[in-house]
Amino acid sequence: MAHELRGEGTPPTIDRLGGMNVHPSPMIEIRGVTKRFGAFTAVDNVSLVIRTGEFLTLLGPSGCGKTTLLRLLAGFETPDEGSVLLDGQDVTHLPPYRRSVNQVFQSYALFPHLSVRANVGFGLRMQSVPAAEADGRIVEALTMVSLADQADKMPHQLSGGQRQRVALARAIVCRPKVLLLDEPLSALDAKLRYAMQLELKHLQRKLGLTFVFVTHDQEEALAMSDRIAVINAGRIEQVGGAMEIYHKPRTAFAADFIGQANLLNASIIARNGATARVRLPDGLELTISSTALPAGAMSALLSIRPEKVCISKQRLDTENLFEARIEEETFQGATDSLQLVTDQGTRLHALVANESAMQEAFHEGDRVWCGLHLDDLVIVQAE
Amino acid sequence: MVLWLLAFVVAPALILLVYSFCERDEVGGVIFTFSLENFRRVLDPVYLRIFARSMGYAGLTTLICVVAGYPAAYFISRAEPRRRHQLLLLVMVPFWTSFLIRTYAWITILKQEGLLNGLLLSFNVVSEPLSLLYTPTAVIIGLVYAYLPFMILPIYGSAEKLDQSLIEAAHDLGAGPLRAFSSVIIPLTLPGIAAGTLLVFVPAIGMFAITDLMGGAKVPMIGNVIQNQFLQARDWPFGAALGVVFMLLFAVTYALLQRRGNRLTG
Repeated sequence: MAHELRGEGTPPTIDRLGGMNVHPSPMIEIRGVTKRFGAFTAVDNVSLVIRTGEFLTLLGPSGCGKTTLLRLLAGFETPDEGSVLLDGQDVTHLPPYRRSVNQVFQSYALFPHLSVRANVGFGLRMQSVPAAEADGRIVEALTMVSLADQADKMPHQLSGGQRQRVALARAIVCRPKVLLLDEPLSALDAKLRYAMQLELKHLQRKLGLTFVFVTHDQEEALAMSDRIAVINAGRIEQVGGAMEIYHKPRTAFAADFIGQANLLNASIIARNGATARVRLPDGLELTISSTALPAGAMSALLSIRPEKVCISKQRLDTENLFEARIEEETFQGATDSLQLVTDQGTRLHALVANESAMQEAFHEGDRVWCGLHLDDLVIVQAE
Repeated sequence: MVLWLLAFVVAPALILLVYSFCERDEVGGVIFTFSLENFRRVLDPVYLRIFARSMGYAGLTTLICVVAGYPAAYFISRAEPRRRHQLLLLVMVPFWTSFLIRTYAWITILKQEGLLNGLLLSFNVVSEPLSLLYTPTAVIIGLVYAYLPFMILPIYGSAEKLDQSLIEAAHDLGAGPLRAFSSVIIPLTLPGIAAGTLLVFVPAIGMFAITDLMGGAKVPMIGNVIQNQFLQARDWPFGAALGVVFMLLFAVTYALLQRRGNRLTG
């Protein structure tokens, strides 16, 4: 999917985001930043505005450039092109120790030779904060992550989750303008990770701090973020709120990477006011909403979420009704995952909620009616 | 392993200990008695001065090795993995040549009409050749040259394990290069420095070949004195007594360093 999109040439720009930006002063402005490592372009002409006090997530697969982007914000890397503004000040060439941002590292990077207290106090010591004030702030930060009673332990005496909190306390105690988080939850087990997701979100609201969070976990991104920047191959594919990204993906990559999606290639055969008639390669004809369809477009890539595919043994009363056969059925607990094949041979993935036990259970080989609502067929690409 | 230690470490040390309480006869044989005479002689100011001098030379050698070896070791540890191995090989290449041959090479470099003086003269840095060989400077040069790899390798060992993200975290928290160095890099590579110090300081006290060859036997070290007692003076018991005191010094130094190392890493 990713490489097909490369040539598209319409990366989201600052203008589009600028229009949505209601806050008078953005905390971070990334302007046309490019970073190369040898022949490899890790970050490719990225522009992004991060608002003051928002929780923004950089989401993408490994190697997509999200961590490099974060390192550019922290100052560990210097861009080859473009500039980075922090609270209105150009920090492009400022070293990390002169930037009012702090990072929570993926490996936590706690100093093994220092106690929890000394780790948290490290930044304050570097800023020459008076000892009395520093002590108070250290206790305050440790209390915030519920570790005040562990202050005199060494990092190796703590559990993974506790170390994670120390790393968090160490970063927020400096009162940075922006907190950068590099996959901080990836080393925790599922339960702890979920608890920390909530805790991080609460902490962010409480402090009113701008968070830039890097993750490859789309569920984490959807659960925590005010806005998500979907990154692929060094470029931003889409920026928006969780709902917007999920329901209105703007590129095939965004549709496919976040949640699951059926991607359908369609050619436009007729337009009729607010709707258009399209045909799939196998001949199946569908009606879609044409409001997002550019004038003169000949073909479109459509996306529909598996849970939006309506399935019934009875004839349904929806648009785009057709018959299909269940090729494979997988029981997943809360849902039933169905692989469908239409009479024309189109494959569709559907998720059906298991509402009441065994009622209208679907089986492999069953013939069913499928319906696709107009609004659930999202145009992710059109030419 | 235990047998090996018994045969080659414990037994010789015991023999040395026994000899140190004996007396020497007219022709250099050993008379088995119990006497503290040898230890009384060891405490003679002449020998104490030699002990002190040996420790001074070894201390200076260690200091120079730390100052010169640390940047080298750190640089190697931060290089690309492939380049790292090449650089490490370069550190170890001198070991492929006999130690004596390398010392003689230094003599040709440092002597009156040697390589260094030739260069200095031809570039008009000096108007007449420097007398470098057979001076304390030459001894220090020889000692530093001989022991530098023993400092570089252990420091490299601990620097290589130093996680880059710890240095980044220090920078991130407002530490400039110097502060990051003094408060993160140095403390975390201290075990390497301690090991290197031990590997350089202790053998450098007892070194006699370099002091003989490059110092012209003009500034005797404790190693030279012991060697002389056994070979020239044929006073084995006194040589043994010097050796026992010397070993005790080793042990004390080692214990002190070890305690310090434990406190810092524990």
